[in-house]
This record gives sequence, structure tokens and C-alpha cells, in this order.
Amino acid sequence: MSRTDIEREPETEVSTGEALLVEPSRLSPTRRAVTTVLRSRELSIFLVLVAVVVLATTKNNGFLFSSDGWRNFLLNPSILLLLAVGQAVVIITRNVDLSVGSTMALTAYLTGRLFVDQPNLPIIVVILACLALGAVLGLVNGVLVAYGNVPALVITLGTLYVYRGIMLTWAGSDRINAGDMPRDFLSLGTQTVLGVPVLTIVALVVLALVGYYLHTARGGRELYAIGSDPDAAVLYGLPVRRRLLAAFVLSGALAGLAGVLYTARYGTVSSSVGSGIELQAVAAAVIGGIAIFGGSGTVWGAAIGAFLLVTINRALPSLGIEDFWQRAVVGVLILGAIVLDRVLARRQARKLAESRDHA
Amino acid sequence: MKIQKRRPTALAALLLTATFAFAGCGSDDGGDGGSADGGSGGGDLSITMLPKNLGNAYFDTSTDGAERAADELSAEFEEVGPDTASPDAQVSYINTVAQQGKDALILSANDPDALCDAIDEARSADVKVVTFDADTNPDCRDLFINQATAEGIAAKQLELISEQIGGEGEIAILSASANATNQNAWIEMMETELADNPDYAGIELVDTVYGDDEDQKSFDQTEALLQNHPDLKGIISPTTVGIAAAARYLSDSEYKGKVALTGLGTPNQMREYVDNGTVTAFALWNPGDLGYLATYAAAALVNGDISGEEGDSFDAGDLGSFEVGADGVVLLGEPFTFDKDNIADFDF
Repeated sequence: MSRTDIEREPETEVSTGEALLVEPSRLSPTRRAVTTVLRSRELSIFLVLVAVVVLATTKNNGFLFSSDGWRNFLLNPSILLLLAVGQAVVIITRNVDLSVGSTMALTAYLTGRLFVDQPNLPIIVVILACLALGAVLGLVNGVLVAYGNVPALVITLGTLYVYRGIMLTWAGSDRINAGDMPRDFLSLGTQTVLGVPVLTIVALVVLALVGYYLHTARGGRELYAIGSDPDAAVLYGLPVRRRLLAAFVLSGALAGLAGVLYTARYGTVSSSVGSGIELQAVAAAVIGGIAIFGGSGTVWGAAIGAFLLVTINRALPSLGIEDFWQRAVVGVLILGAIVLDRVLARRQARKLAESRDHA
Repeated sequence: MKIQKRRPTALAALLLTATFAFAGCGSDDGGDGGSADGGSGGGDLSITMLPKNLGNAYFDTSTDGAERAADELSAEFEEVGPDTASPDAQVSYINTVAQQGKDALILSANDPDALCDAIDEARSADVKVVTFDADTNPDCRDLFINQATAEGIAAKQLELISEQIGGEGEIAILSASANATNQNAWIEMMETELADNPDYAGIELVDTVYGDDEDQKSFDQTEALLQNHPDLKGIISPTTVGIAAAARYLSDSEYKGKVALTGLGTPNQMREYVDNGTVTAFALWNPGDLGYLATYAAAALVNGDISGEEGDSFDAGDLGSFEVGADGVVLLGEPFTFDKDNIADFDF
């Protein structure tokens, strides 16, 4: 460690890592940024993702270097990415939203229904309608959690079934088929701009907006504060209920958007759409370094987690690994992420305690 | 729409579940309950049709066929049915038919056992009972109109794929779930046929994958198949969900038109892909013919032309002559092929 990197002369030698933890302003901004990235959970997950892609590509060139392969690499995770971003925001507040799969199903069916009943409806209107429906369903969760003081796990487990029940009653055995929808809309599902699929661009824009907000805006930081210690947040006078409502509405709206994207991509909607995808969204967030007890992690991590989950599912068959083992691999990843999370949290607590004793 | 095993053994049950799945009639359809009157003739013969549920496009098609047959026979025809496909919902309709003293009841059973008491009662009131699409226990009905046999389904799919890939090359199967009874039986028959039939000597089955009858998983499995087998020439998907998902994937991939796809599908699901050239032809039975044949069979029973014994034969209008097989089963024939020329005629 060279001294020039440290702007202020330290009283005692501390490692960069410790400095970052205890007093980040000791380090120069560049050094700080580099160290933050190097020590981040996101980077390790990203490296795993790169390893998976490299491995699969060496085995089969087409995994990345064919027009379909490249497109699918970017396109397939975009739906889960949206859900994972919404989920991440909710988990950061020490809650969870299990209803996103059912919300996505309802909006996917709404998309199809609107096109069947009003074939001339502009696509943007359909997207807005789905965003609105998703937001309303999210608001229901938010109101119940924020005002009912019932754990989100229970509330959203309930709405998972309620929303799915509404879906079953509404759709029944009816299916929306590709032929029922306008070609323009379906081609959205596969169109690319400069080699990047439109759906991926949508997902990345959402990711950037949410990520920026969480990182810099007051409201975003308050979400972390709420998740770190909900009681303290109340005592401190943070608008906890309002923030929780906003988090659930965002999660619902993103699930709504995911529903539209799902329909554009898969072209078929039946009443079982999205069953179980809520757990994948939670898994993506957890693997991406979002602590399940809230208060830490970034949506960037959740997004990489979503990419990793989907890419692993794509890669394992290429690597000749049986279907049955693929789930096990995902399970191992989740367990690994949680263990790592606990280990890091303990080490951090110990280091903080040591630095305090030191001072 | 899961294909599940409902009874362990009999072939009849196997086909029953197949249809249950293909018809997409496993759940609530939101149609109207009560009675939907069909056309009626003024003849002596009165027939009631009881599908699994109303408002189901598959059964609407079979009822159209039955109505056409009833017109030809100048029989009085009525369709009744519950709005959900649950066994107890059909019981009251069967009782009503018995009380009305109708000559024949044509039904697609929601349960192989639960309806038997009601059917027995109807039969003791001299109502002839013909099941179609989904059978009850063979003891409780007079005849069952079977849409297709497992052998027929397996053979048809191989015939289609062989035609489409020019009789040579690698093929793969995209199935429902790994423990789906029907699909596994068909796949096994296809494997045997591929090995034994010299016509298929140039065809190699390289992989069987499972989409679990989920759109997304079937879609992703199609992608994996194409990625892992660069020389793949064709895909067979003997499940309606699978074939539609595979078609959707193929239709906007670089493999469109290069990799053939066939299997079992419904015209409404496949129309888009047949129109845009992704799929040349696929198979299923024609529910209209099924209803038509069931009506002729019922009429033959009522008129005393047949008694439902094995070897009895009767005439079924446009479809020609049919013979009753073992266990009172009448086979409609080999699966029906849908392609660009005829798909517009169907709506189910």
C-alpha cells in the first residue's frame, strides 16, 4: 500500500479494507471506488457468471457466438431481471414479495386479452395498463404489510394464492395463442437494436433507474435504513409506511411489465404462467448478495444473480448435465450465497468491533 | 394443462387421460351452465350430448359434428353440460336424461367410476349410453368411441417427421414431464418403430427432453436441443403445450424452415406457425368426426342394428363403416393431419 493513496496521514497503519469499512473518506475517491468494486459481492457473482459462459462456450461455440446464442444470452434473463430488481427493493426493506409470479400471470393474460378484445389498441396503452394493474396489485400487498403489521411473507403468500385464484377464474382453460396477437407486438419479443434485444434494453433501463435511485436518492437510502432496523427507522421519523408502499408498488409494477415482456417473448399465455418464478426472483436477489434480512445489497447484484440463474439453466444442458441436477446446482448456489453472507457479516462485525476497541 | 396418470393400466384409461389433456378441458372454462339447445329434427330418435363442460372449443367442435350426424339421421338432438369439468356436475344431467326417457346419451366422462351409478340408472330406463373422448369403466356404458390408439399416434408422428426431413437425419423428442404416462408410452413405441422399421433406418433419435408441459420450460428446452445438436433435422413434440412452445421458438430463430417440427397440437395454437411456414403438418384427431361417429353409433344401438358386441358393424354416414372392437370400443381411425390447406376449417 503506497502512502500517496492516503490523503490524510493515518495515526496507525490500517488495511485498505478496514479503512473502507471504518472510515472510507481516508481513501482517495479512485482508490475507494476500485476497492469497493474489488471487494464487492457483485464482482464475485459476476466472475462466476463469466466462468459459466466461458465454460459453456468452449464446449459449444454456439452458446455465445451464434446469432441465436447471443440473443438468448441477453434476452432470456430480462424477464427474471425485472422481477429480481423489484424483489431486491422489497427485500432491502426486510420484506419479501412472493406474489410477483401471480401478478405477472395476471398481467400477461391481460396483455393477451386486450389484444384479443381490442386488436387495434396501441402497444404502449397495453403496456401502461399492465404496469397499472401490477402497481395496484402491489399496492394491495403494500397496504396489508404496512398497515396490517403482518409479516410480508404471510401476506404475499396469501396474495400469491389469491391472485393465482383470480387468474384461474378469469382465464380458466382458455389460452392466448400467438395467432391472437399483433405481429408487431410479438416481434418486440425478438427484435434487436445494434445486437441487443429490445426486451433486454427495457430491463437494463429499469435496472439503471432503480439502481441509481437506491444509490443516491434520499428515498433509496431510507429503504436501506428501514431494512437495517425497522424500529429505529420509525423512531427516527422516517416515513416507513410510505416507503414500504412505494417498494411494493414498484415490485408489482415491475412484475406487470414482466408480464407484458413474457407475452411478447413466449407468445402463449395459459393460467399456469409464472408459477414458481417468484422463488427464482428471490433466489436471484439472494445469490446477487441481497441480505434476506434486509438493509444491504444492490440491485446490480440482483441483476447479475438473475443473469447467472438463467445462464446456468441454459448452460447445464450444453455441458451435458442432467435436468435433475440443474435444480441442485441452483440450490447449492443459494446456500453458498447465504453462507457467504453470514460469514462476511460476522467478519465485518468483528472488524468493526476491533477498530472500535483500537480507537 | 398437465397430462396425468389417472388409472394405472388399461389402454382405454391411457387414452382417456390423453384426451383430457389435449382437449384442455381439465379446468373451469367459464362457459354457461345449463342447457344449450342444438338443432333438432322431428324424428323418433332423441339424443342428448353431454360433454365434459360447455364453452370449450374442443367440445364445441365435437358437438357440431354430432349435430350434423343428428340432422342426417333426422334425430332430435340436444346438448347439455356443466360449466366446470367435475364428475359430480355431470350426474344431475345424466339423471335428467333418464327421467326424460331419451333414447341415447353421448357423454365424455369426467371420471371413469363416479358416474357409473347414474349411468346404470339411465341404462335401466332404456337409454343407450355411448362415451366418446373420455371413457368410463367398460361395464357401465354400451360403447366407447376411441379417438386414436397409442400405436396410431406413435406411427403418425414418425410418418410426419420422416416425410418432413426426407427420411434421413437426427431427430429429437420434446415431451411433457418425465413421468407422463401417455407420452412415455408413445415415445417407447416410436423408439421400437425407429429401430425395427427399415423405412426409418436413416433416422436417428438423438435426444428426448422434457418441457413439463410448461410453455417457458418447453421453449427453453427447444433452445437447448437446437444448441446441443447442431445437426438436428427435426423435432417431435407429442404434447400440445410442447409443440406450440417449440414452434414459437423456431419461428423467430435462425433454424426456422431448417428444422422440421411436428407432433400433437390443436389448430388454434398452431395456426400462426403453419401460416408462417415454421410447421408443415401436425396431427391430432378431429373432434368433429368423433362427435359424428358417436352419434351414428348411438343411433345404431337405439335402432337395434348393433348390440355393442365385439364384431358388430355399423354405418356412419360420410365416415364409412365401423366395427366394434373388444370391450365395446369403436376406433375412429388414425390421427388426423392438419396442414396449411385444412387448418382454416377448424376452430378448437
